[in-house]
Amino acid sequence: MTQDHELRVGKIRNGTVIDHVTGGQALTVLAILDIDGSGGEEISVGMNVPSDRLGRKDIVKVEGRELSQEEVDVLSLVAPDATINIVREYEVIEKHRVERPEEVVGVLTCPNANCITTAREPVDSRFSVLEDGVRCDYCGTLIREEFADHIGVE
Amino acid sequence: MRHDHVLTAKQFSRADIEAVLDRAADFDRPTGDTRHTDSLLGLLFFEPSTRTKMSFEAAIKRLGGDVLDMGSVDSSSVTKGESLADTVRVIEGYADALVLRHPQQGAAKMASEFVDVPVINAGDGAGHHPTQTLLDLYSIRENAGLDDLTIGIMGDLKYGRTVHSLAQALTNFDATQHFVSPESLALPPEVRYDLDEAGAAVEEHTELAGVLPELDVLYVTRIQRERFPDENEYRAVASAYGIDRSMLEDAKDDLSVMHPLPRVDEIDPAIDDTDHATYFDQAHNGVPVRMALLDSLL
Ligand SMILES: [Zn+2]
Repeated sequence: MTQDHELRVGKIRNGTVIDHVTGGQALTVLAILDIDGSGGEEISVGMNVPSDRLGRKDIVKVEGRELSQEEVDVLSLVAPDATINIVREYEVIEKHRVERPEEVVGVLTCPNANCITTAREPVDSRFSVLEDGVRCDYCGTLIREEFADHIGVE
Repeated sequence: MRHDHVLTAKQFSRADIEAVLDRAADFDRPTGDTRHTDSLLGLLFFEPSTRTKMSFEAAIKRLGGDVLDMGSVDSSSVTKGESLADTVRVIEGYADALVLRHPQQGAAKMASEFVDVPVINAGDGAGHHPTQTLLDLYSIRENAGLDDLTIGIMGDLKYGRTVHSLAQALTNFDATQHFVSPESLALPPEVRYDLDEAGAAVEEHTELAGVLPELDVLYVTRIQRERFPDENEYRAVASAYGIDRSMLEDAKDDLSVMHPLPRVDEIDPAIDDTDHATYFDQAHNGVPVRMALLDSLL
């Protein structure tokens, strides 16, 4: 069955397959990776495909790019169960789970409009990762859900 | 206590607080102490606060040092669009420590990342005001003690930075905190989160009357007119969260009424000459407490 869906979104030659993404979160994953297609990246996305483990899951395949550990860790915020497969010449050469980072720097924008990180200052946003969300290191604001709304777009 | 920066009350341990308060008690008596004659304190006030500024100025001068005052924001390079990060890096070269008041939350923390001298947060937007908290604790300790304390904190709990810092610091002590405010001005979730994390005994109320008789301390804060779009709504709320002399008949005889000042209508002046009034002593305590803090930093 899994094979079937793998085929549906196509095999990649070299790059990264992000599997077991929480259903519906694929576009957020792309936003975190700062991929919007404008850079010419070749992306395949499967959304809400059946999964034994998660019920419904998303799959994101990125051709020609191997994700950094830091990028992978940030994914844990929206896809805590994700598995990352690094593919070379159609073979999976590395497989790992995401791990929650202790902090997320420069990825999310603080929702507090009065936070110094949203001003014209030479400072990156920085969020500490909590059990159930993230927290701005500067103003203390909590984000518990809808991380996608706070992905910083330059 | 030796901290490089004073940014939030959350950084204080009970031992830190007690060390500063004990030291402040020494400074409370004139000592003729001029141990910091070479020290220059940079005052960077990006929003006006005459009292906090004068209190720091008095403290450093009583230690024998002096201030460098950036002056008002309209006459500074800030109006020309200079970043805070640049401003503090320049003033760092002139002063031994920086006192920063800024309208944006996290400003002091950011500033501390750009300089090697101590940064003291003297208020950042709706964020923190840790030195106010130290003087509040000093006053609470003098009047009610810091253990087995039942304190009511009333008014604008959402935007009141003095409240946020005080609430966090009180988690170091055996204190029950009763928060009294209109629902629209209740504690922000991040402060509530910290209190819950610390396992603090916290209750939230919309009315003072029920809880007043239990209190050892009532800490009143001002509700600001600009928080309300409508004048009538403001008036209704402001009058519901003020106190007058007749209300205090239900209070303990030794209830201490505190306020970070300036007050507007929250505390009836008829309370001023009762034993409950602690707010002016509280304000005076700012100098010895800030002396103690500066002494530990410089
Ligand atoms: Zn923030």
